Amino acid sequence: MKLFYHIGRYFIMLGHMLRKPEKSGMYWQEILRQMYDIGVGSLPIVAMISFFIGAVTSVQTAFQLLNSFIPDYYVGFIVRDSMLLELAPTITCLALAGKIGSNIASELGTMRITEQIDALEIMGVNTEGYLVGPKIMGAIIMVPFLIVIAAYLGMLGGYAAVAATDAVENPMYIKGLLVWFKPYYINFMVIKSVVFGFLITSISAYHGYYVKGGALEIGKASTKAVVYSSIAVLLADYVLAILLT
Amino acid sequence: MIRIENICKSFDGTQVLFDISASFERGKTNLIIGKSGSGKTVLVKTIIGLLPVDSGNVFYGDDNFTEMNFKQRKHIRMQIGMLFQGGALFDSLNVEKNIMFPLQMFTNLTLKEKLARVDECLDRVNLAGANKRNTGELSGGMRKRVGIARAIVMRPKYLFCDEPNSGLDPKTALVIDQLIKEITIDYDITTIINTHDMNSVMEIGENIIFLHNGHCAWRGNRKEVLRSDHEELESFIFASDFLKKARAAILAEK
Repeated sequence: MKLFYHIGRYFIMLGHMLRKPEKSGMYWQEILRQMYDIGVGSLPIVAMISFFIGAVTSVQTAFQLLNSFIPDYYVGFIVRDSMLLELAPTITCLALAGKIGSNIASELGTMRITEQIDALEIMGVNTEGYLVGPKIMGAIIMVPFLIVIAAYLGMLGGYAAVAATDAVENPMYIKGLLVWFKPYYINFMVIKSVVFGFLITSISAYHGYYVKGGALEIGKASTKAVVYSSIAVLLADYVLAILLT
Repeated sequence: MIRIENICKSFDGTQVLFDISASFERGKTNLIIGKSGSGKTVLVKTIIGLLPVDSGNVFYGDDNFTEMNFKQRKHIRMQIGMLFQGGALFDSLNVEKNIMFPLQMFTNLTLKEKLARVDECLDRVNLAGANKRNTGELSGGMRKRVGIARAIVMRPKYLFCDEPNSGLDPKTALVIDQLIKEITIDYDITTIINTHDMNSVMEIGENIIFLHNGHCAWRGNRKEVLRSDHEELESFIFASDFLKKARAAILAEK
């Protein structure tokens, strides 16, 4: 029963978020701030994770294909498709769930227990709209960019790894990146990243927004935000894989 | 004027407010007093609509707040200023931006006009020149004063103060009390103060309701407090032997 209570309250929060803004300019300012925090703030961690994921994928693939009849350029092909279809959107978003999710939950949780949210409500501000909406919008806009960068850096990481280890000749790796390319995979990756961005921010915001208690509860809310948004990302990944392939 | 009628409120089956009715008059400092856990904060939160009532009505002027929809409530809330116990200042904004926030959200004033209004409010709470200070570097008393400045920046009709003196030394507490009283008179607003500070009761208690275990146990003003023989009120206000003796001495003089 508790699950239905939370799901219901989550959708009520989202419903309230859609009310007309008091002043569009203020909301746009907040969206821009969130875009900067989510986009620029997450870039270093996304770059590092994706570069090394690409590098590891290429080395592992090259090792598996060593002395087989499969051509060397398959390494580039596998790295490219793995990064576009799964590793860039899913693994990066799981990392973002940890970074953005805990940040949002603790920020809103602190605002709740220090009565800053109450202060906004008493002023007449639609707090769901002003505090939660821009975070979701910021993520929906910026996460796809992060994922595209992640996919590119993953392939670059793969290139660097094969270049460093001589596992595959560089032209072969490049050839693998170019063969049998389906532009639809980019759409698939972007759709995934939009859905994941929405889930991470909305679920984390829900856990922060409804915190009750003190510092201990904020810590618990942050943990829940990361755990539940990660689970939601994985579930959505499965559902999208069924729907879009 | 704010009027509440037969307010009842419970949480998870435990009733915390029992059939409370009261009037809070304009131009006066109205106090809700009582021990910790007596239901003061819950009552204030139900009056401003942060908590829904189980039954009863809240009237702002002649308008029934409990029956209003979101849009109508929003209109009333824009006429409310509130000072929170901890100030509830926005950490990410400096003093000036904290005070300016409601103006930015709800008015179309130019930046110059907004800054002038911020200066006016800061001046009113004796914090002129503190515009660019970070909220993190303010003392408890200064945070309260910035909170008051933010609460009055929209020229509210109603001012709510939740434990305005908590965590302050007696002298600063007195300054805050006087400030709230002056603002109430100057702006001719309805002020409701939720407190358990005995000094506030005796300094600015023009209309007092005393809550005991969720019931409205007594009502009167600061002069009547001295003469009241209400057992619970007496043990709450004059808790120490020193205060009991002081009260006896004052009454004997009169």
